[in-house]
Amino acid sequence: MRTITGLLDDSPFFHGLPAPVIAQVAGCAQTARFERGDMLFQAGQPADTFYVIRHGRVAVELHNPSRGTITLDTLHDGEVVGWSWLIPPYRWMFGARAVESTSAVAFDGACLRGKCDTDPALGYALMQRVSQVMYERLQASRVQLLDMYGAPT
Amino acid sequence: MAEASTLNLRGLQGLIDALRGRGYRVMGPTVRNGAIIIDEVLSIDDLPRGVGDEQDAGHYRLTRRDDDALFGFAAPMQSAKPVFFPADELLWHGRRNADEGFSVEAAPTTQPPVALLGVRSCDLAAVGIHDVVLTSRALIDPRYASRREGTFVVATTCADPAGTCFCASMGTGPKPQAGYDIALTELLDGEHRFLAEAGTPTGEELLACLQTSATTADDVTAAQTLVAQAVAGMGRTMRTDDLREVLYEGVESPHWDDVASRCLACQNCTMVCPTCFCTSVEDVSDLAGDVDERHRVWDSCFSQEYSRLHTNFVRASTGSRYRQWITHKLGAWNDQFGMSGCVGCGRCITWCPAAIDITAEVAALRDEQTDRG
Amino acid sequence: MTATAAAQAHADPMLPRPFRVIGSRLDTDDTVTLSLEPLDGDPLEFEAGQFTMLHAFGVGEVPISISGDPTWPGPLVHTIRDVGNVTHALVTAQVGAIVGVRGPYGTGWRVGEARGGDVVLAAGGIGLAPLRPALWEIADRRDDFGRVVLLYGARSPSDVLFAHDLERWAGEFGMDVEITVDYGPPTWDGRVGPVTKLLSRAGFDPPRTTALLCGPEIMMTLSVNALLGRGVPADRLRLSMERNMKCGVGLCGHCQLRELFICVDGPVLDYERLAPLLDVWEL
Repeated sequence: MRTITGLLDDSPFFHGLPAPVIAQVAGCAQTARFERGDMLFQAGQPADTFYVIRHGRVAVELHNPSRGTITLDTLHDGEVVGWSWLIPPYRWMFGARAVESTSAVAFDGACLRGKCDTDPALGYALMQRVSQVMYERLQASRVQLLDMYGAPT
Repeated sequence: MAEASTLNLRGLQGLIDALRGRGYRVMGPTVRNGAIIIDEVLSIDDLPRGVGDEQDAGHYRLTRRDDDALFGFAAPMQSAKPVFFPADELLWHGRRNADEGFSVEAAPTTQPPVALLGVRSCDLAAVGIHDVVLTSRALIDPRYASRREGTFVVATTCADPAGTCFCASMGTGPKPQAGYDIALTELLDGEHRFLAEAGTPTGEELLACLQTSATTADDVTAAQTLVAQAVAGMGRTMRTDDLREVLYEGVESPHWDDVASRCLACQNCTMVCPTCFCTSVEDVSDLAGDVDERHRVWDSCFSQEYSRLHTNFVRASTGSRYRQWITHKLGAWNDQFGMSGCVGCGRCITWCPAAIDITAEVAALRDEQTDRG
Repeated sequence: MTATAAAQAHADPMLPRPFRVIGSRLDTDDTVTLSLEPLDGDPLEFEAGQFTMLHAFGVGEVPISISGDPTWPGPLVHTIRDVGNVTHALVTAQVGAIVGVRGPYGTGWRVGEARGGDVVLAAGGIGLAPLRPALWEIADRRDDFGRVVLLYGARSPSDVLFAHDLERWAGEFGMDVEITVDYGPPTWDGRVGPVTKLLSRAGFDPPRTTALLCGPEIMMTLSVNALLGRGVPADRLRLSMERNMKCGVGLCGHCQLRELFICVDGPVLDYERLAPLLDVWEL
């Protein structure tokens, strides 16, 4: 049975952080498991918990009455699900659903925010990494927005 | 160099007659609508006797010379290009069959042979360039090849370069070096006569049939002096050793915006340029849709449609189109065909309504790069 | 083909050869795959990556990549998207109709040169069609290659082409096939996101990998960056480029990209030759 610290060490998101920092973060973490169809969180809910996928696939989705549920992005092994826990008003804009059996590490958002408040170095390190994730997701979203495979208009 | 002989005016008429007698259609310079254009010539009276020209950026005027020179001008408005590479050419004729199919018949490639009379060295060099572009690569233009076969070329030395000429810089004149059957140099002091040099056995053989006289040493010297004077009297110059690099380096230069503010994308330059070869194809059908004729027509990289890709134009701006033209002509052409695409005829300068000068644009680009260091 | 007809076709590259439509399959709401047979019975041999100029009588001509299997003798296959007058005429051509064909023209993927290593094929939208011949060429000699990874980005699940081939490549032929879409409707359980994301995670050994890319230019340049970032050698990246073509044989000038004629030097070009040309405005 791997320890949380061990799992975090392996994950690309936390990789490279000093051991004491990992230990601090581990204090806010526990393992989680979802079966196919389980919601990790729903759009509109308070962003209490965020996840780092160990193994599986999670769909980021939005429900629309006229079009049903649209998947905007799918996340896989090692990827972070959610950053609204770090940005006020700490509410999820989208829903996240396990597309297949998924194991993850779950983080208590409020716990981590508290530790960041008291330890700016930890705060900065997490901010850097979350910014990187946001950057990549923004780039990807923009490419999707281009609709480059669509019919030339 | 082959030994020269001398033709007088009667001899020149004899040359025209001999060519026509052998079935050639003789194409030479004539005056029409205030310009010199290439058209069929039946006698020396059709040639522009005593006509000179004044050319500068955006400026072309015919002048009255104070002598009776027949070839006393520089580049005619159009080069020899349309003789072998027509502006509109039928490629094939198709007809719908009863069973929903269609059959296609290539347009005939045979036509009466052409003799060019009085073609300038720059234009002759341009024909040589077209020979490479259109007939020496993997897939050729068979109609062009057929027209070129059996062409007879009587070239002439330029003694009066115009204000826009820079063939000396491009190494294409003013005296023709190759590609001709006979080369003439017009001499006007004393009897109006032409030094004639054969460039091929065909040319030699034709000269032998004409009434000629032996060329004097003085005449040879006079001809050489004319050439030297013409070289010294070029209207413009262009440094050529670094053109490809200057243009490739200058691809992101703000200079293109500057040209774009002047260039009208009117396509005059590409129409009069003797080496431009871009074409498009058009399908011409009848109302019933039973007949389809495929035509090949001249096209220009200055048109917006030229670079259409689905619903977008790759070269949407005039600046990028001017850049494409000049970079291709002076730069990329070297990579593609092993030579420059410019023969220094100056027509693009003369016939540009905005007076844009290719030699000045390149110099500006080079200066910008030198300044940047 | 009679000797005269063959000589004529070779001597006059602008003369189309008549082919009969023997099959027309609707792939998506705007894309059709046509199977063509030559009226003169002389099959058209081609290399994966090459294209032909297809002519719709009375309408015009367009360059279309060949999308058939080069190792399998059979009809000439093209996958065509309806984006204009000529392509519209081609996608609506009925079985039995005659179209004109000139070609094949251009450079191919040089699949053979990738033997002994891994191969990554990145396809964007209808870009999968010109890569399909390469995939069948690889499948034909599967053991000559290491890991073969196909990463395919489509607009939406209903735009996915060649579903049957995708299954066979993944199953029978042991290729890693990953499909991703830009837009995932409720019925889609697969990946959503740009194909470039797949490139950063796919399982291949970069120093031994040859990458073949085909799709919108933006997709190819983003993919190149991702592949170079993973250590794929710059001289093992090949892109299939597209420009306006009127002749397909290097004579009309339209397809030029600086000194390159896309119809003669391309459409498949090594990244190293393209590198200085790709990011320049309106080149």
